[in-house]
Amino acid sequence: MSRIRKTRRRALAVSGVAFSAAVALAACAPPGSDGADDASTRLTGDPTCGEDAVVLDAYFETGFPLPGALAEEFTRQYPNVTFDIREDQFAVITQNAPRTLQDSPPDLMRLPQMSELASDGLLLDLDPYAEAFGWDAWPASQLEQMRVDEDGSRGDGPLYAMGLGYSMTGVFYNKELAAQIGMTEPPATLAELDGYLAAARDAGITPVSQFNGGATGGLAFPLQALMASYGDTAAVNDWIYQKPGADIDTPENLAAAEHLAGWIDEGYFADDVNSIDYAQMMSRFIDGESLFMFNGDWESGNLDAQMPGGAGFFLMPPIEAGGAIGAMSAPATYGIAATAEHAECAAFFLNWAATDEEARTIEVETGGSHPMGPADGVMPEVAEGSVTAATLAAGAAISEADGAMDFIANATGAIYAQSWTPNLQKLVAGEQTPAGLLESVQADYESQVGD
Amino acid sequence: MPTPASTAPTPGLGGAARSRPPAPGRRARRRRAGGHLLAYALVAPAALFYAFFVLRPIVASAQYSFYDWNGVTTATWAGFDNYVAVLSEPKLVGAILNAFELILYFSIVPVGIALFAANLIRSIAASRLAAAARTVLFIPQVIPLVAAGIIWSWQLSSDGLVNQVLRAAGLDAVTRAWLGDFDTALPAVGVIGAWVQTGLCLVLILAGMTRIDASLYEAARIDGAGPVREFFSITLPGVRQEIAVCVTVTVISALASFDIIYVATQGGPGDSTLVPGLQIFYLAFFEREIGTASAFSIVLMALVIAVVLPLQRLLRGSES
Repeated sequence: MSRIRKTRRRALAVSGVAFSAAVALAACAPPGSDGADDASTRLTGDPTCGEDAVVLDAYFETGFPLPGALAEEFTRQYPNVTFDIREDQFAVITQNAPRTLQDSPPDLMRLPQMSELASDGLLLDLDPYAEAFGWDAWPASQLEQMRVDEDGSRGDGPLYAMGLGYSMTGVFYNKELAAQIGMTEPPATLAELDGYLAAARDAGITPVSQFNGGATGGLAFPLQALMASYGDTAAVNDWIYQKPGADIDTPENLAAAEHLAGWIDEGYFADDVNSIDYAQMMSRFIDGESLFMFNGDWESGNLDAQMPGGAGFFLMPPIEAGGAIGAMSAPATYGIAATAEHAECAAFFLNWAATDEEARTIEVETGGSHPMGPADGVMPEVAEGSVTAATLAAGAAISEADGAMDFIANATGAIYAQSWTPNLQKLVAGEQTPAGLLESVQADYESQVGD
Repeated sequence: MPTPASTAPTPGLGGAARSRPPAPGRRARRRRAGGHLLAYALVAPAALFYAFFVLRPIVASAQYSFYDWNGVTTATWAGFDNYVAVLSEPKLVGAILNAFELILYFSIVPVGIALFAANLIRSIAASRLAAAARTVLFIPQVIPLVAAGIIWSWQLSSDGLVNQVLRAAGLDAVTRAWLGDFDTALPAVGVIGAWVQTGLCLVLILAGMTRIDASLYEAARIDGAGPVREFFSITLPGVRQEIAVCVTVTVISALASFDIIYVATQGGPGDSTLVPGLQIFYLAFFEREIGTASAFSIVLMALVIAVVLPLQRLLRGSES
């Protein structure tokens, strides 16, 4: 009996030691650290990839063939450089970005919303390269979204990323269904678009099957498009860039949200919009089950292949004909980790992707997006009447009108999943008002930016 | 009432050494001491893993919960702010309430169905149908939760099987996107959970029923008891232990649910299916609020313990 008790006591002692060891391991100091060796100081002379064999460690997004295609072409032109490519879904990249950048710093990485990554010192300051390569001679608006100041607000400050082309959003339409309701050319005003939406509904055609299910509030696309119709894109950008005092809850944006709520009430969206995911939206549009789709030019190449000649594209029309236009337009951002081993070669690759003729052709044909680079950069030929041609033309129009905005979902790392999405889903279900939507998003924004 | 077996490390040799009759003399004592050392040596690897992968993370979470930390830069002390946020923000409190509602679907419904089905299967135990029924009902338990979530989100979609059946029955008015509707999303997720958990409960309860002495049923029948009386007087008390296990396991799975909801709704629409597990994930990996996420984890752990311990006492304690 006493032996049992003794054993028990000893077992307790052992587990006590183990437990306090665990405590000691975990509880020494506040977690986290500040120090990181920056790779940016090594730049001397013109950046190159050199002559020696280099393996660039790359972390790309699954489902987008463009960066892989560019990497392949780059290796063809510079055989000493090869790529070790790892791919993940964008959501996974978003979750892991801080840890990946710190613990296994990639030379090239597809970046999620980057203001926190930059202000935490995880990304390489690309300004020395921008100067060396002459990126500062490009249209400034191209790089603006990727500049982050020390407070984490975007639009100004050092450059922390580069685009492999920039994408733009608008409205795709099914030409065959459009003809059925007498829409022969894209609407020139918002009222005309309203008319076509009503005509489609009355003809028994689902006007829009937009994704808005799960954690992906796709009604943010039409909402932001309406914001551009009703108001000034610069004000929306200020909010996305976390400029001090910026507010999403403005009279113009309220009018836009009310217009969207009007579309919901009129039944212009599919009944099950709150359970449609992105893939379902695409398949319904391609199968001719809905007339319009609010989406971006990254699908241009896909739509040209899947429904050749069957799809069209237009920018969200202004309230009055000839009025100011705007569109969500953002570079597909790629950054270099602050402690990357081959930062110089990675920067050289990013410059090559924007300036090399072959690379720019790949960006248009594979990525469907407009290449970065000088305003007079070489552009490949695209088939007339194709969606790609329409989106490239629209991109030029937006560029001329200076109507590019970043995505309202990119204001903070969590604003999309935690605020826009639930509130837009509530708007669909009639559980949120347009005013309440903007108020609630603004409140979440302030609490997230304040941290 | 802890038994020596549950607290003292007595695997293999240690136990064998003890069951031997006590031998006098120094040699025997030395051998005994050696046996103990060996026992600890055998336990040590597992204990180390346990300390490193279970105790250390719990302690670390408890520590993080008192800091304001983004996971990378140096954290700042936050005191109890994170706990205040967890218990006062409507969104986080809502997640906790949703988890409690899920207990209905993840625990009460499956245990009820399993009891009923097990009783039916027991009464036809000899036939082939019983084996088939057992297999069919247990299969969901074999399917990974993620796969179950995907299968059911197809079946519950607006053109899915559920709505097709309803339409065929002329119930067009009832059809909807079950997982996309604020009123039905949580029950719909609950149905998936119930479907998964029923198999586990069924197998446990069936196993318990086979232990019940058949003569009890014979005696009851001689006394003129019907099937209902048999069930309540013999079967139900006989499987009390198994029900306790079922309820414990399923209640924990309801409170700590993640996979099914992550796959089926990701907490949407709105926040109507948001649960603590999912919100902790969002807080830690999207909002990068490691402190609040850790505080929520600690609160969740405390909640699970606070619910499960009284349940255990209630279901098992009255037996003695």
